[in-house]
Amino acid sequence: YPNSFQFRYHVSSAVQPGCAVLDQAFQRYRELLFGAGSWPRPSLSGKWHTSEKNMLVVSVVLPGCDQFPTLESVENYTLTINDDQCLLVSESVWGALRGLETFSQLVWRSAEGTFYINKTEIDDFPRFPHRGLLLDTSRHYLPLSSILDTLDVMAYNKFNVFHWHLVDDPSFPYESATFPELTRKGSYNPVTHIYTAQDVKEVIEYARLRGIRVLAEFDTPGHTLSWGPGIPGLLTPCYSGAQPSGSFGPVNPILNNTYEFMSMFFLEVSSVFPDFYLHLGGDEVDFSCWKSNPDIQDFMKKKGFGSDFKQLESFYIQTLLDIVSDYGRGYVVWQEVFDNKVKVRPDTIIQVWREETPVPYMKELELITNASFRALLSAPWYLNRISYGPDWKNFYTVEPLAFQGTPEQKALVIGGEACMWGEYVDSTNLVPRLWPRAGAVAERLWSSELMTDTEFAFQRLSHFRCELLRRGVQAQPLNVGYCEQEFEPT
Amino acid sequence: MERPLWMLCPLLLLALGTQAPTASAWGGPPLWPLPVSVQVSLSALHLDPGNFYIRHGPNSTAGPSCSLLQEAFRRYYEYIFGFHKWHHHPAKFQDGTQLQQLLVSVVLESECDAFPSLDSDESYSLIVKEPLALLKANKVWGALRGLETFSQLVYQDSYGTFTINESTITDYPRFPHRGILIDTSRHYLPVKTILRTLDAMAFNKFNVLHWHIVDDQSFPYQSVTFPQLSDKGSYSFSHVYTPNDVRMVIEYARMRGIRVIPEFDTPGHTQSWGKGQKDLLTPCHKDPTQQNSFGPINPVLNTTYSFLTKFFKEISKVFPDKYVHLGGDEVEYWCWASNPDIEKFMKEKGFGRDFKQLECFYTHKLLDIIASTNKSSIVWQEVFDIGAKLQPGTVVQVWKEDMYNKEVSQITDAGFPVILSAPWYLDVISYGQDWRTYYQVEPLNFPASQQQKNLLIGGEACLWGEYVDATNLTPRLWPRASAVGERLWSQKNVRSMSGAYDRLTRHRCRMVRRGIAAEPLFTGYCENENKI
Repeated sequence: YPNSFQFRYHVSSAVQPGCAVLDQAFQRYRELLFGAGSWPRPSLSGKWHTSEKNMLVVSVVLPGCDQFPTLESVENYTLTINDDQCLLVSESVWGALRGLETFSQLVWRSAEGTFYINKTEIDDFPRFPHRGLLLDTSRHYLPLSSILDTLDVMAYNKFNVFHWHLVDDPSFPYESATFPELTRKGSYNPVTHIYTAQDVKEVIEYARLRGIRVLAEFDTPGHTLSWGPGIPGLLTPCYSGAQPSGSFGPVNPILNNTYEFMSMFFLEVSSVFPDFYLHLGGDEVDFSCWKSNPDIQDFMKKKGFGSDFKQLESFYIQTLLDIVSDYGRGYVVWQEVFDNKVKVRPDTIIQVWREETPVPYMKELELITNASFRALLSAPWYLNRISYGPDWKNFYTVEPLAFQGTPEQKALVIGGEACMWGEYVDSTNLVPRLWPRAGAVAERLWSSELMTDTEFAFQRLSHFRCELLRRGVQAQPLNVGYCEQEFEPT
Repeated sequence: MERPLWMLCPLLLLALGTQAPTASAWGGPPLWPLPVSVQVSLSALHLDPGNFYIRHGPNSTAGPSCSLLQEAFRRYYEYIFGFHKWHHHPAKFQDGTQLQQLLVSVVLESECDAFPSLDSDESYSLIVKEPLALLKANKVWGALRGLETFSQLVYQDSYGTFTINESTITDYPRFPHRGILIDTSRHYLPVKTILRTLDAMAFNKFNVLHWHIVDDQSFPYQSVTFPQLSDKGSYSFSHVYTPNDVRMVIEYARMRGIRVIPEFDTPGHTQSWGKGQKDLLTPCHKDPTQQNSFGPINPVLNTTYSFLTKFFKEISKVFPDKYVHLGGDEVEYWCWASNPDIEKFMKEKGFGRDFKQLECFYTHKLLDIIASTNKSSIVWQEVFDIGAKLQPGTVVQVWKEDMYNKEVSQITDAGFPVILSAPWYLDVISYGQDWRTYYQVEPLNFPASQQQKNLLIGGEACLWGEYVDATNLTPRLWPRASAVGERLWSQKNVRSMSGAYDRLTRHRCRMVRRGIAAEPLFTGYCENENKI
């Protein structure tokens, strides 16, 4: 009965009222379940033998409420709903969050409007610990509200990593305190199209309260055109013949200034973003500009790299990785860093994004784990690549561990990320393009590998889509049909 | 320093019209679709929102009693000034640089209280010259088109001052039928979504809403004569269009110079009709998969035709447009073939096993019914393809992609008007800038005489509803449909892709400003990102 329903901490829970993560979550889920208004006392006409469930008792084993979620966070929980109890038990607050979401999906309403929950026993834990979603705020600026809304829906889907691809060639919206010119000269509009330090803090805390890690990506040495205007000399000047052509290429790897800058910049980044990992990019480095530059040609000669620019790229990345290591951080990189044989620390995480080259992505996973590195899978989950029809099925039927390898190797695949690159996406179409398609990836990363029946998935996902609509999420339809409550444009 | 020649001659800096713009970037005002002839000068005039009026010209055949124009004046004032922050101090401008009013003059009998039709005159001319702008049109329809264009000429300079350059524009559409198809059967679309779509259509000079209102999946049209149809056939009682809803859509469209052409698709695509109308659909026999399965409308029963007569009598009264779309696509024969009564009928009629003849039989009777309600028909291409005898003036809509130019040739050769949709199925999404493909279609690219080519009256961008509802309709339609809009309005030689890209990106930002969640064409940004 909504008017008297409560979420309560168990007496012996290591976590008690005052724990913001759960206190806030209780409020959120209360609203999701019963709406914002107040409810009258019900008039009882007990025809059915239902027992009144007035509370969900939550018990957390491990103390700790003010930390940030990590790759090692334990998200297990059990949910026991029967005559005697209505109990959610978890190791950590993060598991409690997952359990609350599941609880909210179990409650249903009869035709008369009464809220019900069936007797249930749930024992749940994620298959993969890293279940992420990438948003690109450089190709198109995304207002803060879009990012926060996305974090909400990620929580409904048990995603636990927000991979924030903050900057890239077209724009630099991240407000740097150390180098304000980066933002002033690199953003689309330094007043309206930026993320202030306050904005970033808000995203990080909003995510934390939902058990979501924020993995920030500052992609170098390629994809950096927008960095150039704010830091003259950072990018390589391209040459046409003996003269500079006026255009610029990747970060200039031969100057000391470059590394001094990176040092200071990543000092700031590591103090702003609390997660242990930083994403350093390293994808799609175009060598043609480096090749055209006479100073770089000299450097290559001196270093004995010959004409193998992969070695120059390695040189840059290794130096960068050392800088970031010194700040006590681990890193994630795109697969090119591995493919180009850069020497990286053994705890580096490699993100696989290329579907066919240099090898099919399953083979790539095999190679990476064979070299004892941990891997993240994204290649088959590029949500920005839209096509006609129910493509969610393609995302759902991916089996991340379908490659040749020992169990130890397979354990090195720590999860994956659905990517929503921003070339064709902004706040006008982000939400319907993300949901419910990303939901297919969410289940693939959380649920058991035995869950492969697309028919069963369709039933649950289409129902879940209607629930998303009810929760105010502009999730697009999976197929013909309807929801009780349709989306109404304002 | 000597003044360059063009500064001595303030007018005629950019003159475009029948000469195709060969310059790569447009550089002029973001007009979409591009008018027939545009001359913009460097001479800029300022507008003071507190002292700018849109009024009827002194000799206009339309006046304050013309609510269609009165409403439009109000709307366009809002579109021009409403979304920008402006302050209330009366602006002080240099003498001779302020534009104080836009006078709208309708020259011929206005048609203010009439419904737009295929023959409506949408031409207009616009002269912006200090101190006033003059919009002249033969009918209110041209005035509406001209108002949209005028609103596209106004911009804010870097100080935030509303500005317009002196210009001369003449304009009229290349094709008279420029439509958008929406499908409210696969997914119900709330009325608000339909009205929003009509707004966006007006911004793009579309003038036909092809309302594919019912189909297999659901029957949301609430019929007064046969209330059971929606009672039993809609997804739910809240997923219906009441007579009031329909009236609202028709009037909202009329106020924007948009015709509403309903489609009641038969004899196929009618599963939902059978729920509320017993014995309408053909019972299939010998169907191993299902017990009680039904096929297309049963063409051998008299009750079918008495139902259709009553039904279309209502439709002819509810929808004022001269045309009604009768569908006729994708009729499957297996169910008819399985039914013994139909087998008997076929034998009696001498059709043998040729079900095309049965379909023709049905079609002829239906077309007669429509003719008796004094309406004209539009049909999908299959009706022509099976060889049905169509009344002259029946419009055929071409939708199958394979060799559609050939199909258009054949149909126009037979003397029937054609609406082209085949290359413009907007529901078939793909990754990347597919607006370019839509833009580059040349509708008259089929082998035919000039007379034949005149029979291609226009086209329609179709947004079928299998994967579309209110959550994603707007970004999926716009700005992709805008590409079709320009192809159907502007002159044949307007084909520069870079010019189009420049104008369309700016037009898209304008649509976003006006509350239409049009998706981006490519990487970039709009000034006002977060109005949605």
